[in-house]
Amino acid sequence: MVNSESAIWKRLETVVDPELPFLNVVEMGMVREVEFTGDDLVVRITPTYTGCPATDVIVNDIRSVLRATHPLARVEIVQHPAWTTDWIGPEARAKMAANGIAPPEGSSNDKSFLLGKKSVVPCPRCGSLDTQLVSAFGSTACKAHYTCKACLEPFDHFKCF
Amino acid sequence: MANSAHLNYVLRLADDAVIQGQRLSEWCGHGPILEEDIALTNLALDCIGQARALYALAAERAGAGQTEDDFAYFRDEEAFRNHLMVELPKGDFGFTLMRQFLFGAFNWLRMEHLSGQTQDAELAAIATKAVKELRYHVEHARDWVVRLGDGTEESHRRVAESLATLWSYTGELFAPDSIDDWALQAGIGPDLTALHGRWTAIVEATLKEATLEIPSPTGWMQSGGKAGRHSEHLGYLLAEMQSLARKHPGVAW
Repeated sequence: MVNSESAIWKRLETVVDPELPFLNVVEMGMVREVEFTGDDLVVRITPTYTGCPATDVIVNDIRSVLRATHPLARVEIVQHPAWTTDWIGPEARAKMAANGIAPPEGSSNDKSFLLGKKSVVPCPRCGSLDTQLVSAFGSTACKAHYTCKACLEPFDHFKCF
Repeated sequence: MANSAHLNYVLRLADDAVIQGQRLSEWCGHGPILEEDIALTNLALDCIGQARALYALAAERAGAGQTEDDFAYFRDEEAFRNHLMVELPKGDFGFTLMRQFLFGAFNWLRMEHLSGQTQDAELAAIATKAVKELRYHVEHARDWVVRLGDGTEESHRRVAESLATLWSYTGELFAPDSIDDWALQAGIGPDLTALHGRWTAIVEATLKEATLEIPSPTGWMQSGGKAGRHSEHLGYLLAEMQSLARKHPGVAW
């Protein structure tokens, strides 16, 4: 039982993203594969941002939850295919919004930014579209800082990429 | 699998990223406002993350037990292959943002090509991630170029001076040398002449909006970085960046 793939996936759901502690790494779409090769267990993950300092913490946390049953489990970082916010499921997006973070919206392939076009981010508290970008670089690399001009609350937006 | 031209090509990308990241990190604690201090250090983090992935790829291909750190910390300036533009001192905020824009638009176009059209699958994977991050670099820099150019008399004057200085470093971005020619032939890298056209369209539209005069594309252009002939500035940057690793080889957190 402890050796089935689904049991491993279940336990990986207890590892959270340290910068979004209400979301686990499976919901974030970071865990790509769980593979048994003989006695060996390999978990393959894809980092969200190449320079994300949380990646090392996540690798250690995954080893910790597997240590009891799989002391030799390895965690491998795979770059291909590149992680995208398109992999964050609707439930995880709803959790983000419930925690005051506007989830990523639209397609990650939009190129209109090259000529200065801005996307509209609705306020996660009141739903107003009358919001303003304060800084594209917020508390972490993956978030932008916005303010809502209707309810006057500041909020984070998980950038689309 | 990698021949020396191929390795050289990957190192150029990595060196651009690490030097740009190091220059951006110099703003840590010195940003003009809190949000920009955070923004510039976030941008630095992206660059260093991209550099790590590229150096790790280079190390894997170079073999002989080399690591990403060997490339970043144990090469001297003549071995670095970054463009001259990224090694220039950070200057004032306007200078840094003008460089972020001029180099960033080039780098975005280059990475976009690599993400979809290179024959090198591992490089494509790194570029696919990088291009998404670089999108925000261009957006951020573009906004500031417009705000500063179309801002006060003082901000306009200073950012116009930065543009004049940086312009002579834009030629190197699009002047293909033997490595670029090899990369194009091998289906690894983009056609820099085609890239130049797209870059010019983006830059001209933005500078116009920023009420800045577009410098002549036929003026004198600096070059040499891609061949390892650097300005005096790179040595000082490396001295700082490499000092810890060289004083304590193999040191780890």
